[in-house]
Amino acid sequence: MAHVDTSKPLEYQTEEGRLKILGFWIFLGAEIMLFATLFTCYFVMEGRTGNGPTGAEIFEIGPVLIETFVLLTSSFTIGLAVHAMRLGSKKATVNFMIVTLILGAVFLGVEIYEFFHYVHVGAGITVSGFTSTLLTTLGTHGLHVTFGLFWGISIIIQIVKRGLNPITANKAFIFSLYWHFLDVVWIFIFSFIYLKGML
Amino acid sequence: MEFFERFAIPHPSFLIYMAMISIVLGAIVIVAGITYFKKWGYLWREWITTVDHKKIGIMYLIVALVMLFRGGVDAVMLRYQLAMPENTFLDSQHYNEVFTTHGVVMILFMAMPFIIFFFNFLVPLQIGARDVAFPRLNSLSFWLFFMGMGLFNLSFIVGGSPDAGWTSYFPLAGNEFSTSVGTNYYMISLQIAGLGTLMTGINFMTTIFRMRAPGMTLMRMPMFTWSALIANVIIVFAFPVLTVALAMGTLDRLAGTQFFTTDNGGMDMLWANLFWVWGHPEVYILILPAFGLYSEIIPVFARRNLYGYTSMVFSMIIISVFSFGVWTHHFFTMGQGALTNSVFSITTMAIAIPTGVKIFNWLFTLYKGKIEMTTPMLYAMLFIPLFTLGGVTGVMLAMSAADYQYHNSMFLVAHFHNVIIPGVVYAMLAGLTFYWPKLFGFMLNEKIGKATAWVMSIGFVLAFIPMYITGLDGQPRRGYTYSEVTGYSTLNMVAFIGSIIMTISFLMLVYNIYYSFRYASRDISSDPWDARSLEWATNTPIPEYNFAVTPQIKSREAFWDHKYGGKDMDLFAGQKIERIHMPNKSGVPFIMNVFFFILGFCLIFSIWIGAIIGLIGVLGCMLHRSFEDDHGFYFEVEEIEEIEREKRGAIK
Amino acid sequence: MKAKMKGTLFATMMALSAIVLGACEPLLVLDPKGPQAQRQADDTMLLIYVMSAIVIAVFTIMAVMLYKYRASKQSPDYEPPHIEGNMLVEAICIGIPVIIVIFLSVVSVKSNYIVEAVPQGYEDTEPLVVYASSSNWKWHFSYPEENIETVNYLYIPAGRALEFRLYSHGPITSFWIPQLGGQKYAMADMETVLHLAADQPGEFMGRNGNFSGVGFAENTFLTTAMTQAEFDEWVQEVHETAEPLTEEIFEELLEPGHLGTSTYTGTHLEFSPPPGPHSPVSERDPNAEVGHE
Repeated sequence: MAHVDTSKPLEYQTEEGRLKILGFWIFLGAEIMLFATLFTCYFVMEGRTGNGPTGAEIFEIGPVLIETFVLLTSSFTIGLAVHAMRLGSKKATVNFMIVTLILGAVFLGVEIYEFFHYVHVGAGITVSGFTSTLLTTLGTHGLHVTFGLFWGISIIIQIVKRGLNPITANKAFIFSLYWHFLDVVWIFIFSFIYLKGML
Repeated sequence: MEFFERFAIPHPSFLIYMAMISIVLGAIVIVAGITYFKKWGYLWREWITTVDHKKIGIMYLIVALVMLFRGGVDAVMLRYQLAMPENTFLDSQHYNEVFTTHGVVMILFMAMPFIIFFFNFLVPLQIGARDVAFPRLNSLSFWLFFMGMGLFNLSFIVGGSPDAGWTSYFPLAGNEFSTSVGTNYYMISLQIAGLGTLMTGINFMTTIFRMRAPGMTLMRMPMFTWSALIANVIIVFAFPVLTVALAMGTLDRLAGTQFFTTDNGGMDMLWANLFWVWGHPEVYILILPAFGLYSEIIPVFARRNLYGYTSMVFSMIIISVFSFGVWTHHFFTMGQGALTNSVFSITTMAIAIPTGVKIFNWLFTLYKGKIEMTTPMLYAMLFIPLFTLGGVTGVMLAMSAADYQYHNSMFLVAHFHNVIIPGVVYAMLAGLTFYWPKLFGFMLNEKIGKATAWVMSIGFVLAFIPMYITGLDGQPRRGYTYSEVTGYSTLNMVAFIGSIIMTISFLMLVYNIYYSFRYASRDISSDPWDARSLEWATNTPIPEYNFAVTPQIKSREAFWDHKYGGKDMDLFAGQKIERIHMPNKSGVPFIMNVFFFILGFCLIFSIWIGAIIGLIGVLGCMLHRSFEDDHGFYFEVEEIEEIEREKRGAIK
Repeated sequence: MKAKMKGTLFATMMALSAIVLGACEPLLVLDPKGPQAQRQADDTMLLIYVMSAIVIAVFTIMAVMLYKYRASKQSPDYEPPHIEGNMLVEAICIGIPVIIVIFLSVVSVKSNYIVEAVPQGYEDTEPLVVYASSSNWKWHFSYPEENIETVNYLYIPAGRALEFRLYSHGPITSFWIPQLGGQKYAMADMETVLHLAADQPGEFMGRNGNFSGVGFAENTFLTTAMTQAEFDEWVQEVHETAEPLTEEIFEELLEPGHLGTSTYTGTHLEFSPPPGPHSPVSERDPNAEVGHE
């Protein structure tokens, strides 16, 4: 707080802000371990379908492509939001964040549809080792997105009310890291769960 | 009525009822006492809402000592049950619960908070920082840990304790074979406490990376800070695995998923793998900071610098990397074949090399020294031989083919107690004695302290060496009884006597604290041991902001050189007091964790409405935090000067 | 003073082990009656010798250091020197342990392949296959070739290779006859194989080594090794006297609890098949997968 280094981007200007960004990167390291563990479990359990269906039998390409497209786009728009923030445009920042969150909500909606579909075709979470792991992995990602939606809304409100300052900019920047991370996780889910399962 | 039945203990016994009554009475006495002395406000203002790393550290310490007592009582009960063949003191179910809680309490609620106490108390002082990077998060970490601990201990009187061993292997821990809520307690309380530990890991990594005093390069950091850094890196990378395992276990028990079941594609071995992928690094999370403490203590009392600083650092880094590549040695007997076993056998033995380097470096630190056998040094010197014994039996266990005979036997039990007690517990007690004057402004009595260390070691040898022998004679671990003809009785009686002697040493420790509190001189300097690293450069008691001016680090043993290294090495030369920014207190972390407690408790008993309320409370507190505009406060220059004058500080 | 107390400590320790080792029967693990246990006992003794050497080296260095450099022996104004470290000393401290670890690794790998294969010296015999499955808290031994099944006791021919196929009807257990060889897990979703052999006839303690709930402590069985002729005779006798094992009887046997010994003709393998030999590597061996993290 004491020192505001104006030569740096807004979110990096205070020592507190810099610490938070580093801390968040470390947190993302832990998150990578979390998802790596889930993926490993998934690979181990992939073939253990018991009496339930296999991946190839239940995966639907349509919803998955929508989810992928929507989430990738949202990753792009949150990037635009941070870019707008660097340019100092509060309005553009907020607008791009709103677009991001709407895309996130669409993603979530499609994912919820997808889950209903799985239950409907007899692949509920209690059916087999495979479905338990699949839905837990997808669900963990989905919960992260859900949490991100609420987090994003609270940041938007703060930017609107308090303007762009080192504190709000820092929060928005960290949120963008989180959102990009979820996108990267999704790419892995798309490649190693859906594509691998459908091929 | 049915609703309340689930809270009853499934296997009550006279002992449990006695314990319940004593816990309830104890709670009433504490609450009444605090009310009578009108200390609620003080408790709230000074402790519950504090974000000061030193006070949070002390709270960790208190929990650790209380849990040491609880785990110790468990241990004596276990040893008494086995002291005689066919003993009927505990029945099988009760014995199973006791050894399960003994393991969990000692590892996660005693050893972990003890080392986190040292992280909290020492790391910011050793690197010359005002506090940790995220003081508020630190408070959150503590209360997460505290509520996890509270929840776990509640299992004892509400609903029944977990009974599937601290490793909680499935399917034994699954719904089919473990019908009480005990394992739910295990899954959820460890999850909550584990989250706290993960936050601690992130916090201290950031702190050590970014908040070191000017001039303190990585290779000038005190050895304890190095060990803390590495341990926290391991925490950040190992605990998420536990998070996943516990989440899966919880889902299996509460939602009927098929992760670790025995049909429908479930895989019980997956739990064992996940548990030990976390569990083995966890062992190093405990032992590395203990090594760090020994590396602080031994040079001080050898009156010499630490031998082989660089190799000490690199051996710790190598240990931390290897710690992730050895987990299969916990189940060589699971049938993964000769090749896999060979690989993990070699990686496990390889860990002995950097560990050996550390032992030799400590020994060479004594070379040409001027050794003073104070209490902390005595612990360290008892640690080296006893730990070596535990280390070499570890190498024996690493020989996978021979391990088929040691696995699951008392030999294994003897081994891990032989590394954890001299390795971790002695280090904690040595560190506690060493830093006691810095913590509380008086020294613990040396005579009683040394006697404690000796009594403890005699008790230790008597309690655990016999187990190596009965293990080789085929006595399995976790068996609540054995028959006369097995011939285990004499040695088990010896082990029981050993555990009693260890109990006496614990009482001596408590007495020492009481005695020293009453009689020890308060007129001690801020550096009573003539120590070497930066934490001793502060005043005692340590002001809230730690250092009035930021020290300038010019060498590895900054404070020693400050004292004896001449003018150029002065830590505070040419520094002016400036205003200091400090974080505000906050009750939100505590309140948030009250909700976490409600959430956890309701999940354990599948009370979904309560769980939702708890979850909303938790999220509400996070939302509050997000919107809160907290700028902290400042210590003004005059205030600091005033405080420093009062404390006759290092700044003259 | 210090050295003396330490001496007392070790004297106590040594005396203790001497009493135990001398007075009692030899420890089961160190009293092998079969080739696998023999290998494990040899490894154990080798390890005890090597490790004792290391322990003695550490103790000696420490005793010398503590004796020579204690403060009371030095002049009050002695100032210990600053020593950073010495490449040569540290190389020795790393080098010797490396050599020891390499040596032990070679032994370890060799032993691994020995205990995981048909016992040495028994390669020519035709192995006796026994399915040993555990339930809470019993052991069921099925002899598919002889077509008989026993509960809670095991008869084996001495001088012939034994191939135990292990699995569980419940929690993970561990099949362990210390004098014949080390243990291996029995699990519900995977069959494991343990190769053993008994050199001579005799009686051996066998048990479940892995905690499996309330009845774990008493989950033991007596193993009797006999000559092939006696074994054949026993099989013959069982076929003449024992009841057939029906699905109903077997279901009853599986009920949690303790039972005495019993004998049946026929095995449960027909109506309650075992989980089968190892499934493909990717499923069987989670380590290979988890290792990629």
